[in-house]
Amino acid sequence: MGKLFAAVVVIITVVSVGIFIAHTWWLPVDISTTGPAVDHQLDETMVGTGVLFFASQIMLAMFVWGASNTSSTKKIKIFPGGSTPLVAFAIILVGIEILTLTFVGSRAWGAIYIAPPDPNSLKIDVQAEQFAFYFRYPGPDGVFGGIHPDKIDDGSGNYFGLDPANDVPARDDIVVGSLTIPVNKPIWLTLHSKDVGHSFFVRELRVQQDFVPGLDIPVHFTATKIGKYEIVCTQLCGLGHYNMKAYLDVLSQDDYDQWLKTQAGQ
Amino acid sequence: MHDVSAQPVAHQHSAPTGFIRKWVFSLDHKVIGKQYYALALVSVFIGMILSWFMRIHLAWPNWPIPLLDKLSAVGAPAGVMTPEYYLSLLTMHGTIMVFFVLTNAPFAAFGNYFLPIQIGAEDMAFPRFNMMSFWTTFVAWLVMMAAFFVADGPPISGWTAYAPLSAVGGDAGPGLAMGQNLWAISIAIFCIASLLGALNFISTTLDLRTKGMSLSRMPFCSWAWFITSIIALLAFAVLLPACILLILDRTAGTSFFIPAGLVLSDKLQPHSGGSPLLWQHLFWFFGHPEVYIAILPSIGIVATILPVFARKPLLGARAVVGSMIAIGFLSYMVWGHHMFVSGMNPFSADLFSVPTLIITIPATILTLLLLGTVYGAKMRFTSAALFCLGFISVFISGGISGFFLAQPSLDTILHATYFVVAHFHFVMAVASIFGVFAGTYFWFPKMTGRMMSEPLGKLHFWLTFIGVYAIFMPMHYLGLAGNIRRYSAFVDDFMIPLIPVHKFITIVALLTGAAQLIFLYNLIHSRFRGAIASENPWEATSLEWSTSSPPPFDNFGGRHLIVYNGPNEYGTDGPQDYIMQTSPEKAPVR
Amino acid sequence: MATTTLPPPPELTADDQGRGGTPKFTPRPGHVTASGSHAEKSETGVWVAVAAISMFFAAFTSSMIVRQGVSPDWLHFELPRVMYISTLVLLASSVTLELARRRFTAASDPVGSATAQDRSQVSKGMYWMYVTGGLGFLFVLGQLLAWRNLRAQGLYLATNPSSSFFYVFTGTHAIHLLGGICGVVYVLSRLRKTNGVARKSGFGAFSIYWHFMDILWVYLLLLLVFRF
Repeated sequence: MGKLFAAVVVIITVVSVGIFIAHTWWLPVDISTTGPAVDHQLDETMVGTGVLFFASQIMLAMFVWGASNTSSTKKIKIFPGGSTPLVAFAIILVGIEILTLTFVGSRAWGAIYIAPPDPNSLKIDVQAEQFAFYFRYPGPDGVFGGIHPDKIDDGSGNYFGLDPANDVPARDDIVVGSLTIPVNKPIWLTLHSKDVGHSFFVRELRVQQDFVPGLDIPVHFTATKIGKYEIVCTQLCGLGHYNMKAYLDVLSQDDYDQWLKTQAGQ
Repeated sequence: MHDVSAQPVAHQHSAPTGFIRKWVFSLDHKVIGKQYYALALVSVFIGMILSWFMRIHLAWPNWPIPLLDKLSAVGAPAGVMTPEYYLSLLTMHGTIMVFFVLTNAPFAAFGNYFLPIQIGAEDMAFPRFNMMSFWTTFVAWLVMMAAFFVADGPPISGWTAYAPLSAVGGDAGPGLAMGQNLWAISIAIFCIASLLGALNFISTTLDLRTKGMSLSRMPFCSWAWFITSIIALLAFAVLLPACILLILDRTAGTSFFIPAGLVLSDKLQPHSGGSPLLWQHLFWFFGHPEVYIAILPSIGIVATILPVFARKPLLGARAVVGSMIAIGFLSYMVWGHHMFVSGMNPFSADLFSVPTLIITIPATILTLLLLGTVYGAKMRFTSAALFCLGFISVFISGGISGFFLAQPSLDTILHATYFVVAHFHFVMAVASIFGVFAGTYFWFPKMTGRMMSEPLGKLHFWLTFIGVYAIFMPMHYLGLAGNIRRYSAFVDDFMIPLIPVHKFITIVALLTGAAQLIFLYNLIHSRFRGAIASENPWEATSLEWSTSSPPPFDNFGGRHLIVYNGPNEYGTDGPQDYIMQTSPEKAPVR
Repeated sequence: MATTTLPPPPELTADDQGRGGTPKFTPRPGHVTASGSHAEKSETGVWVAVAAISMFFAAFTSSMIVRQGVSPDWLHFELPRVMYISTLVLLASSVTLELARRRFTAASDPVGSATAQDRSQVSKGMYWMYVTGGLGFLFVLGQLLAWRNLRAQGLYLATNPSSSFFYVFTGTHAIHLLGGICGVVYVLSRLRKTNGVARKSGFGAFSIYWHFMDILWVYLLLLLVFRF
């Protein structure tokens, strides 16, 4: 029975680790300037913990294999050195692992969340609601109009609650249903929620940030590859949560200018 | 027997004879422990069937699921689940499993039954509170189940009930009116019950230990129950106020968690100034310790059972207890790691990340010491022993992924994906349940006086062990590929290719779930037809094995046991390879 | 098992003893007690409860601080005067509780041999217990007056976060205090049943709880005075 257990544990371990190594399912290609640090951090953690995982499961299998010998001549053995080497090993090895991960990882985190956004960024407002994202560009005047929750009316397309009648900067604001940005340009999003908690997640950008009702939350990133990517909601927001998505269109600067002109003309 | 001080004693309450006092409103901690076990058993099958429904829906969204339309004609017309009903089932699955199974089974059920016996007491410190705490839990359970039968169905806000989704009422979606009210009330009642229970456990451990039972001689599972009850006392004392504030927001129009200017169902909500993050802080201040409320008792159970079948002492007994204390202590400093990307100050992410990673040190120590205990053993591979070994394996698998999720930088890609689902199911759910299975196979003879069937137990182990790996290991890959959790269907381009993996998981989940029926059959069949158990069938040392199976009403038949040894004296020389705690034989110095 | 062949059992040192120990389970000659000394267990239990209740109010307090910091909508209002009077009433109840304790400790303990003098001490102590419970009840009435006062000012539960927290703090404290009043009733009934043995009436545990309710209230009052 013990030998069978050992064999099963070895098979499970080898198959599990094998699929990780083969990258059968893996992260998509990263398209942001801050992404490589995250990917690097993931790889480092994957290797470190992978070794720990493999070693400890194999150790379990070996020990159980050994313990399955119950012949009457066998004497039980205490682990060499007792518990002290194991405790010391755990503290030192895991301690080093933790220090490394924290030191390297906090820089990757800081680059995305703590570093201040580039003041020359392209500023875009994002409004999340059950179950859609809306994006707002300031228009030719470069100034966003104020937001008035009492004016929000999905029926007439006033998703942000703008008041163009009394508010001049609001008149030329562009509101669209997908996020169109120029490549290699720093982007500075401000996240608002109209109703409940939502989240902004683009796998390829390695950026995830919740919308918290009542707060304006900044997110900044720079996309480095032209293409169309999915933005999904990752914070449970109600019955249509699974279907809450939008697209991120990364265009060349020329295409972007053209797109903006078309939008402003409407 | 060795106890020298057998004297008659008046029990605090004499054995009742009527059915109601004996089996329903019983003051006997053993009956109450069984009641908790029964409630957890019913709940775990309900929770498992809910997960079956969800799994089938995820793999084959358009299949009519048998019986589901009977449960809710609105939520599943002709058996095909609506998206909101999927979320209802998800919320109820999480809530039932976390509160009524993982809190009740390893802690309340086994703790109630065995803590007093293991420390040589006749009952809990406050038997009346004990009875109240079970029946209060039962009321909480009834209120929670009632949510299935209200017009809108159960709430759809997940077991974490994030405000404002959970706080604004019916405008936010189906199930969020009466269903969410019932949820909040049920959890508040559950908090009161758990507080009463924890108070009882702590007082019992401190005051009712028999002569010679110093703290250092307590069995490891008694230690785990003691530490867990302290964690539970402080954690549920925070969830209760949070639930009170939530209920007030929902019913009295206050604005604790609801900010100004929210528009739901085209209505501007009449609230202002509340903080949704306040709910998250309060909830996770409870929620993270709750994870340890679920897992620590199982660690303790495994640390107690493994030496019995390894026939050698647990390696580093002090370090095991120390690590459990360290985990309990650290569990209060890490709640923010659930909130890295939820709009919390990004600097605090680092502050929460470091203690979270530090928890891996005591957890690694525990794992290595359990491994070191297996080393060089003469293992008896009973069902209980297999589940202990399985526990070590899944605890490693689940703990390892904690390294990823403890890092805020990796949370940017892994948060809210199936990677998280895999992590907490392995480390909290499966590991904890493996501890419960080990405990059941181990203590069933003591609880009923009959042995469970070993062949069936082993069959159950193999199917379950391989099954949980086949279910939860692939979820890591899904998470890496970006599969978001809490989606009732996959309409996003990048998730559609992952559906075959979901089909695989669903098939395995159905089979593994069905394998649990073997356990249920074994439990019921052995209760009536099992071989008669002797007083100490496993040759274990702790006090419950110094009394008859099942123990008499006052646990020791009026005897007062005196404890001379620690619980860890296995593999000794002499006619038998162990020394009972009650044996005056002097244990060898190690 | 062959006990006879073994050397005599090792002596238990003080360190080896559980806190419980056999005496708790062994009835004294001629007297059948419950297993365990009632007083000690219940005192431990009350200390544990004190820890839980402290945590409960700490959670409310930190919620209040967060809520106050997150939005500028906090309305400051003057506390109803009656609250200061009811605070004095509650403090007085702690004094009367101590007066009751003096009487009980003055009565000599051995059960069943209570002299006439002892009995009169106990009945005086019980008198002070009634006063204590009465003062507690008066305090709750004072809180009701304070709520009426607030209502007259137009401050309801949902009016403002400050009034919400006011009702939450005072309401949950009042519920805990009502629990204390049930404790008075319980202790008095136990005293009657046990013929006036304070040690077994749960008096010690009750007095810890009651004084804690006092201290808790003073803390809440200071919080209300400085934060509202």
